[in-house]
Amino acid sequence: MYSQALNTKETAADTSPEATRFQARIDAEDRIEPNDWMPEAYRRTLIRQISQHAHSEIVGMLPEGNWITRAPSLRRKAALLAKVQDEGGHGLYLYAAAETLGVAREELTDQLLSGRAKYSSIFNYPTLTWADIGTIGWLVDGAAIMNQIPLCRCSFGPYARAMVRICREESFHQRQGYEIVMTLCQGTPEQKAMAQDALNRWWWPCLMMFGPPDGASEHSDTSMRWKIKRFSNDGLRQKFVDATVPQGRYLGLTFPDPDLRFDDESGHWRFGPIDWDEFRRVLAGDGPCNRERLEARRKAHDDGAWVREAALAYAAKQRIAA
Amino acid sequence: MTTTSIAVPDEPRIQTLLGLADDALILGHRLSEWTGHAPTLEEELALANIALDLIGQARMLYQATGLDEDALAYLRDPPQFRNMPIAELPNGDFAFTMVRLFLVSVAADRFWRNAVASEDPTIAAIAAKAEKETAYHVRHAAAWVIRLGDGTPESHRRAQTALNALWPYTGGFADRAGWLQAVAPVLSEATLVQPADGWMQPSGRDGRHTEHLGHLLAEMQILPRTHPGATW
Repeated sequence: MYSQALNTKETAADTSPEATRFQARIDAEDRIEPNDWMPEAYRRTLIRQISQHAHSEIVGMLPEGNWITRAPSLRRKAALLAKVQDEGGHGLYLYAAAETLGVAREELTDQLLSGRAKYSSIFNYPTLTWADIGTIGWLVDGAAIMNQIPLCRCSFGPYARAMVRICREESFHQRQGYEIVMTLCQGTPEQKAMAQDALNRWWWPCLMMFGPPDGASEHSDTSMRWKIKRFSNDGLRQKFVDATVPQGRYLGLTFPDPDLRFDDESGHWRFGPIDWDEFRRVLAGDGPCNRERLEARRKAHDDGAWVREAALAYAAKQRIAA
Repeated sequence: MTTTSIAVPDEPRIQTLLGLADDALILGHRLSEWTGHAPTLEEELALANIALDLIGQARMLYQATGLDEDALAYLRDPPQFRNMPIAELPNGDFAFTMVRLFLVSVAADRFWRNAVASEDPTIAAIAAKAEKETAYHVRHAAAWVIRLGDGTPESHRRAQTALNALWPYTGGFADRAGWLQAVAPVLSEATLVQPADGWMQPSGRDGRHTEHLGHLLAEMQILPRTHPGATW
């Protein structure tokens, strides 16, 4: 799964001795730990980014979970279930990393369920066929890796360390996804058509995962200065396209972009214009599955309320008895 | 008109293995349905873990028949399944899921512990792994049965309702007297009333099931049934 580094509004430069020391440590590639002094805006940015990442992992369990009961072989079923479980695990340790910044998981959950917090827009698209499971692994996890590898060097220690493990698992998921798509492409004509259809639907939303183009960003990039973010959206997007297009062509798949061509001079794959209206619309709540995804999370939370209450009541009884 | 269904040899060893494998697969399938919908994130991971153990056990047992594991899972019709009907019942609420997991896991735990010494080396090898997994399933489910039974009035009511509904499906458990002895202390700690034995549902080992198995299999088997012969 995926996180997108946030652009942060430039705030008036803090020239206090703490702030100067803090920036010097960042510049020296030192890791900031939870008990260290940090600017409030740094703390807020990280809470927002880490929790959005955690929410994305949790919401991301839904589109893939949609195919666990219909996985076409026992090996695929076990692998998919394990993958979705990995995502839950990522969510758990990302929430834990956010908690080191002084926010409770319950509060972050409330923000998600009330619609105040964002999560990756990619999970508002539906998984319509089995090929979507392979394609999500190949493209969505592939895009996630591009975004997340630099986060392993993020200036905030707990986030960086969580990212090391997450990236290792994501890269396994990516290979697994590509292998599903490859199997389909080598299969029956119907299977190959399924793979092509999935690529047609997921390609553009995946390019949007890297966020708005650099030129359109209203905020100057404090996140870069703080080494929360290390590469621009467009840079990472290009890296993803360059890595992915040859993989798709190897499978005999075509990309749904008439402008896609290899530029000999720069050595990059050039792609056509991205529909940023769609991106903004889905982010604002009007995507194919926005309502369903949040509704599913709310239902799980509401249906589980009595279970959590029972666990608390039992634990309280045990404490009294002890 | 041909069918995509396979025929399975009517050999006692194969049928016994299929009973065990189908119990694990069908219950694993039900538990996997919780993915993304569990009451807490920790429980999300635990349920997926148990489902994975069970699907893994099913695979080893299917493979032990010498037949193709996917053909057995995806290309048999409901009456060819040998699982106990308790495994195929819909999940219901969290109490139903946990009480069922507890009742079934205690039976499975007792079976696998004995099977470690089986004369069939394949079964003994599977048992060596399954026994450890099932012991954890019992611990996890028992802890929840106690928490729910002795939690709030609401959770107690739900746990008792689940226990009452599930009880008639326990008649076919092997060495039921021993099983009763194993479940009783947990039910008692959970302040739950052990239901009286009355009429019991059939064991399912002969292929008689509830209405629910057909729906479960229709969903599970759809891709291999729609694309005969395809590799996934």
